[in-house]
Amino acid sequence: MAEPHAHSHPEHLEHHFSDAEQQRESAKMGMWIFLLTEILLFGGLFTAYAIYRSWNVEMFINAHRFLDIRLGTLNTVVLITSSLTMALAILSIQLDDREKSIRFLVITLLLAGVFLLVKYFEYSHKFHLGQLPGKYYTFTGVEGTNPHIFYSIYFTMTGLHGLHVLGGMAAIIWILIKTVKGKLSSAYYTPMELTGLYWHLVDLIWIFLFPLLYLIG
Amino acid sequence: MNDKSHTTKPHVIPQKVYLTVAAALMALTAVTVGVSFIHLSGWNAVVAVEIASVKALLVAFIFMHLWYDKKIYLVIFSVALLFLTVFIALTMFDTLRRGDIYTVTDQPIEKNAVIYKVRQADFLAPIPAEDSLVLDSTESP
Repeated sequence: MAEPHAHSHPEHLEHHFSDAEQQRESAKMGMWIFLLTEILLFGGLFTAYAIYRSWNVEMFINAHRFLDIRLGTLNTVVLITSSLTMALAILSIQLDDREKSIRFLVITLLLAGVFLLVKYFEYSHKFHLGQLPGKYYTFTGVEGTNPHIFYSIYFTMTGLHGLHVLGGMAAIIWILIKTVKGKLSSAYYTPMELTGLYWHLVDLIWIFLFPLLYLIG
Repeated sequence: MNDKSHTTKPHVIPQKVYLTVAAALMALTAVTVGVSFIHLSGWNAVVAVEIASVKALLVAFIFMHLWYDKKIYLVIFSVALLFLTVFIALTMFDTLRRGDIYTVTDQPIEKNAVIYKVRQADFLAPIPAEDSLVLDSTESP
């Protein structure tokens, strides 16, 4: 079948876009609108947090003492570092340094794994003590009424965030394969850019979760 | 027809900018952890959220390129934050002030209003005991 137009298209350019720049900007706008819905999804949980904290000021302070600030800080450092390596992976592909980009993506993936590993240790310690959400709460060491509310909020917010870390890891593996196969270059790296945006948002949400859960008064 | 895909080069931000921002994020993390051990009589939460907001803006503007990209992405991000603010602010106005309505006792706003002139005695009478407040009661005398 003969092509209807004479000029050549790059492989990545879909036919319903007039040029690669328009395609890239459309993809990015779609990603930002998705991130908007993500912010509002977590926004509902932050609102719930604000309501219950304002109703149970003393209990929140007492209950949060059972979270390990060292582990929370470690995870914050891990996520910030992974955001940096993600940004550097994109910078490397912009400069057509594929080897370096792959290396930064692998480091990002490993740091995401470290984050989830730390979270696993935190969770299993709480499971062991019975600091569980809602009716499963059996711990008796927190002063104040209804301490299970704090742990319901803790597990919902960090659990949903943890699922986002898993999703981000899947996306990073996807672009890692694409990069290894040589499909991405400075001319076309939109999938990596969008994955980067998602990963930074995961970092951004943790930046708020950390002080609101671990560093109360 | 010119094929833009080969002429448009990506906007490249120097590596030292990313490293500087990451260092700033680490420093602010240290500050927010440090401040949490100082008692600021109720202001801890405000300080913690403000430091987190500065960190979030650094991530959004530099790591997520909002500072350099087309402004439409910044508009979308701002709309999300605007609506988040509306959600939280309006909800807090409600939930923090909800108890107030229970302390308000009923009294006429305008004592000379027609409705009070007609049945003034009924409205200004003391509130009857709860068990007599049954609506549509067939037992009423």
